[in-house]
Parts: sequence; C-alpha cells; structure tokens
Amino acid sequence: MDSIILLLLRQMRAPLLLLSTVYAVATIGLTLIPGMDDQGNVWHMDFFHAFYFVSFMGTTIGFGEIPYPFTDAQRMWALIFIYITVATWIYAIGALISLLKQESLKRAITEYQFTRQVQNLSERFFLVCGYGDTGSQLLRSLRSSRMAATVIDIDQDRIDALTLTDSPLFTPAICANAGEPHNLIIGGITHPLCDAVVALTNDNAVNLHIAIAARVLNPSLRVICRADSHEIEANLASFGTDHIVDPYDSFATLLGLAIHSPHQYMLSSWFHSESGAPLSKLLVLPRGRWILCGFGRFGRAVFSEMVRHGLEVTVIEPDTGIQDLPEGSIIGLGTEAVTLQQARAESAVGIIAGANDDSNNLSIMVTARELNPDLFVVLRQTENFNRDIFAASSADLLMASSQVLVNKVRTLLTNPLVDDFLSLARSHDDDWAMELTQRLKTISPDRLPHLWAIRINSDEAHAVSERLRADQKVLLYHLLKDHRDRQHTLPIIPLLHSNSRGAFSMPDLDTPLSTGDQLLFAGNRTSESSMRWILQNTMVLDYVVTGRVEPQTTIGRWFARRFGDSGRHHRDGKPA
Amino acid sequence: MNLEKVVFAFTIILALTLNFGFFIGDIETPAHHHVYELYAAIFVNAVATILKFGDRSHMGAVLLATSLVAVIQLVAASAVWGYAEYVEGTGLTPTVMASIVSLAGGALVANLISVTLLVIETVSLRR
Repeated sequence: MDSIILLLLRQMRAPLLLLSTVYAVATIGLTLIPGMDDQGNVWHMDFFHAFYFVSFMGTTIGFGEIPYPFTDAQRMWALIFIYITVATWIYAIGALISLLKQESLKRAITEYQFTRQVQNLSERFFLVCGYGDTGSQLLRSLRSSRMAATVIDIDQDRIDALTLTDSPLFTPAICANAGEPHNLIIGGITHPLCDAVVALTNDNAVNLHIAIAARVLNPSLRVICRADSHEIEANLASFGTDHIVDPYDSFATLLGLAIHSPHQYMLSSWFHSESGAPLSKLLVLPRGRWILCGFGRFGRAVFSEMVRHGLEVTVIEPDTGIQDLPEGSIIGLGTEAVTLQQARAESAVGIIAGANDDSNNLSIMVTARELNPDLFVVLRQTENFNRDIFAASSADLLMASSQVLVNKVRTLLTNPLVDDFLSLARSHDDDWAMELTQRLKTISPDRLPHLWAIRINSDEAHAVSERLRADQKVLLYHLLKDHRDRQHTLPIIPLLHSNSRGAFSMPDLDTPLSTGDQLLFAGNRTSESSMRWILQNTMVLDYVVTGRVEPQTTIGRWFARRFGDSGRHHRDGKPA
Repeated sequence: MNLEKVVFAFTIILALTLNFGFFIGDIETPAHHHVYELYAAIFVNAVATILKFGDRSHMGAVLLATSLVAVIQLVAASAVWGYAEYVEGTGLTPTVMASIVSLAGGALVANLISVTLLVIETVSLRR
C-alpha cells in the first residue's frame, strides 16, 4: 500500500505544484489590486476574502463579486485567472485520472489486494498455479468440497473467468507469472496454512521453477507438479518433489490397468471419482490386435504400455519423420477409410483414437465404426470445451487427459491415503480387486461409498490416545462398533492402516492401534460420525471396548466402589 | 551541479527564512508581523512539501514529515488570524497575535530541523 501512495504522490508533484502556484499568485494579486467599498473608499481585499474568491472561481462555482462589487482592475485580474485556474484544475484532474488508469499502478493495487486476501485466509488452502483446463476443473471440484485455494495464472482472461464463476467460496486469484518466486510468495507459498502447491501450468520449465521454489521457500510443503517429459520428471524427482503427475503416462497406466486387470481399473476409477458419484460399470477390453492412431507423446506412452501387456498394435501416424515408428506402421491420419483399411480395421478388436486433435479423433471413431461396427473404441479428448460432444459420442472408453490429471491431483490433495491405498492395491491380483469391489457394493450399491481418513492423535482421537497412554489396548474392530450398541458392527471397510512400519492394505480387524497411526475407511457418513464418537469420547470408547459404562462423577464413582459390582471388582486384593 | 537539487535546497531554505522573518519581532505587536510574510511562508512551505513527495528514502520520509508539521502550524496560525479578524471580530489583540506568532514559531522549529537534515545529507554525500 505504501508504495502505491508513494507512486501517486510522486506522479502528482508537478500538477500540485502548478496548482498551488496559480492559487498563490491569484490570491496575492487580489489583495494587492485596490478595490472600492460601498461608500466609494479605496479598499484592499484581505487574504481571507481573496482566497475565498479564488477558491470558488477556480472550481467554476462562482458565487459572484464579494464582499463589494469589483473594480475594473479587479475584474481584469479575475478574468485572466478564471482561465488559468480552470485550465490548471483540468490538467491536475486529468493527470490524476491518467495515473489511476496506468497499468503499473493498477497492477500494484491488484497485487496489494491479492496479498491482503491471501494473508487473511484463516483455513487450510492449496496454491494452484495454472488455471487452464486441468486447473479450472480441479478448482471446481475443490470448491464443491469446500476447500480453499489461491490461484496464479499468466492469462488475465482466465482469472476473469474464475472471478465470474459462481461459488460461495471466495478464491483469491491474480494474473502473474508463477515462475517468479515473488508471485508464489504473495500467493501464499510461505503462509502457515498453505497445505500444498500444485503446479499445473502448460509450461514444463515454469512447473519446474515452482517446484524448486517451493522446496527452498517452504521445505515442509507438499508439492504436486505436472510434467510432460521424462527428463523433467527425473529432474523433479531429484530434489524430492512429492508427487509428479504426467498426463500421458497417467493415462497410459490407466489404460494398461484396464487391459490386464479390469477390476483394478474399476476400483481405481471409483476411488478417483468425486465423492457420491455413481459407480462406473466393469469394462473389459477385448484382447487381440489393436489400432493406435497418433504416435506423439501420448501414443508412445500408450503403445509401450499395450506392448508390455502383450497386445499386438498397428500404429497409424501422419508424420513420416518419426524415427522410432514401429514396424508395419501405416502413414496417414486414420480419418479416411483407406488408411484404416490398410491397417486392417475389419480384423482388429479395438481402436484408440489418440491424435492430438479432437475433431480428428471423432472422425477416426466414426470412420472406423463404419468399417467394423464391433470395434472397441478408446477416444482421447484433449480440449475440455469439447466435453459435451465427447460425452454424447458412442465411445466405449473416454479418456480426457485433463480429467485424468484432475482426478489424480484431487485425490492427492483431499485424501492422500486413497492414493497410497491404490498403489498398494496394484500389487494384488485382479481377483482381490473383484472381491473388494463386491464388498464395497454391499455398503453402497450404486454410489461411491464415503471415504474418510483418521489419524490417531490427541486432536483427532482424544479418547483413543488417552487409553493408549494408559497402556490399555485398542483394536481396530473396536472402532467399527456402533457406539450405541456394541453388539452391532457398522458397515465399514477398513482399507488402509499406515504406521511407522509402513502401509498395509485391508488391515486385520485385530490389529492393535498405536499413536500416530493413520487409517482409511470406506462406509457412509453415519458410520463416520459414529466412529468419531468412539475416537473422541472416553465414555463411549470405554463402553465399546469393555461393555461397561463407568460412573463419571466423584460421588458416582464412590458409590460404585462402595456398593457396585465393578467397584468390588476393582478393590480385590486391596486392604479394606 | 544539479538544478533539481538547487531548487529543492532553495525552497527549503526560503521556507525557513520567510518563516523566521514573520516570527521575529515582539510577540504581541501586530506591526512586527506582516500578513504578506505569513502568506509567503505558507506558500513556500506548501511547495517544499510537494517537492518532497514520493521520496522512498528514510531521510526523504523525515523531511516530508517536518514539512507537513510546518505547513500545519502555519495554516493553523492563519486560521487563528482569520477567525479573530472575521468570525470573532475582535481584531488583532495581543493575545491573538501572541498565539499566531507562537504557532509560527513552532513551524520555525520544524523548518530548522528540515534545514539541519538537508545540511547533514549534503555533508554525508561529500560531493
């Protein structure tokens, strides 16, 4: 703010100097020029009246000639200064207005406002750099789950679009280069409540910059960074970036998962979707020969994944200059029937329309389906604004790179344990995943079950940590009881147990809990609130573990000790 | 030689000298304190204040502060004058004159500090 005022004052120096000089000369002139009072005596205007007259003359208010009508000499002086003062005012006001419209001043004001908004944030928030396709979708879903964020993007239009989005949650946003550390600092990278920084710009170098800046400025901060090339990924990993997301590789990995273990794929797509989303159906990709259109970064990632899973792939690629094009590849776009016939679309089982252009991909799908109506079509969507056409298309599997990224990043931000769980799940076979998906369906038949994570500490689990401190055991199944009736077990599936020794998927119900453990559960919201009771309330936990309700008051305890069963039990072996 | 520095130093010193000229004399005698001198002192002090706008240095900030003090004191003096003359209608009684001149005296101290700072800055530059 100081610098804004200084800037204003400095620029206003010349107009203000001119204005005061003109006023000074006009005033002094009026006091020097002889006038005449109502009796016809020579009268000199005093400073008070002179300044009064000049003030209303200069602002063109014009109250008239006071206190006595002017002499011609006074009128001549006033005549000259009417023009001079008015012109000076116009100049001064014009200078002020042009100053307020100056880009540098506007930027200084916006930056000041943004800095204040970020400093005043009072809840945990994420710093999102890059508000493109991925960034905007991510922010929409963060906002819908009421999580605060700050946004930095290089494009003012996108920031305007963000400001215009209707949301009860206010998101501070600024148009600035996220590659400059100063902008990251005003965006809250060093703010104590900043939870993570997400680098999603479409420039690898900028993302790299953000990740390094975050490492240096706030080493404890979680960094999630998008990277398009393997060199950048290696670089990011070298200084300990927490999560590196690659749109092409994530997509290809998912596709690979869909090929070799459909239930794993289904599990992954369930857990990556937004809470309460309808459950997707099982998708089985046919085995046989596939056609892959497009051999760019995306096509390459998909190709190597498919070949790794033992599928035969025929590549169609328009660019003849590519060196490592696999043998037997067809040159062409794949949008014409000729090219597809060359690739023997009639005998293929599936086609991946993976070109870098949405309309080409749609055209590939339509042409291929004409040649072979049974083809399994995987359709790649690159631009988010095309989502309506793609959603309406008859593709068997739709993959939007930005959506894949958004799902991944959202899970990492909102519930990192889910991501840990999924990576553990991949080490199991498909039958394991099938069993789990069936169990999940028993809890919630057609919608995604509610997922929640807890940590055993005095904040989140007061009762449990008290009991553990007293060297009494708490086992995992205690948490799954109904807090009103311990005979009853709630429909909760413990998914992950993570402690100092590592993370374990599907923990045993007899697992003893210890302080610092983290757990992930699937169930419904009612079960979660029941579990929170058990975690926090000592009385409820005692009841769930022992089946007894201990007296809570001093008199009650004394009474129980004296007369009650439990009291007698406790006094065993002690002298009366 | 820098013309801007000349103008700057000139204005600050002129603000002091005019202020002093108005202040000097018997504190209760209107004849010793001319209204034009007060007028000139106010104008020159205002110019000095505007010239100091926008200086980011610490010295600049203190200079601006002293100038603002001087201007406020002088404007207060002229306001007392005008009030006694036109609102109260008592004219320049010894009491009124004394308060006008002592207000101007306060401005004089501020202007002295201003000039001292200017001298210190000049000496520390050694050019």
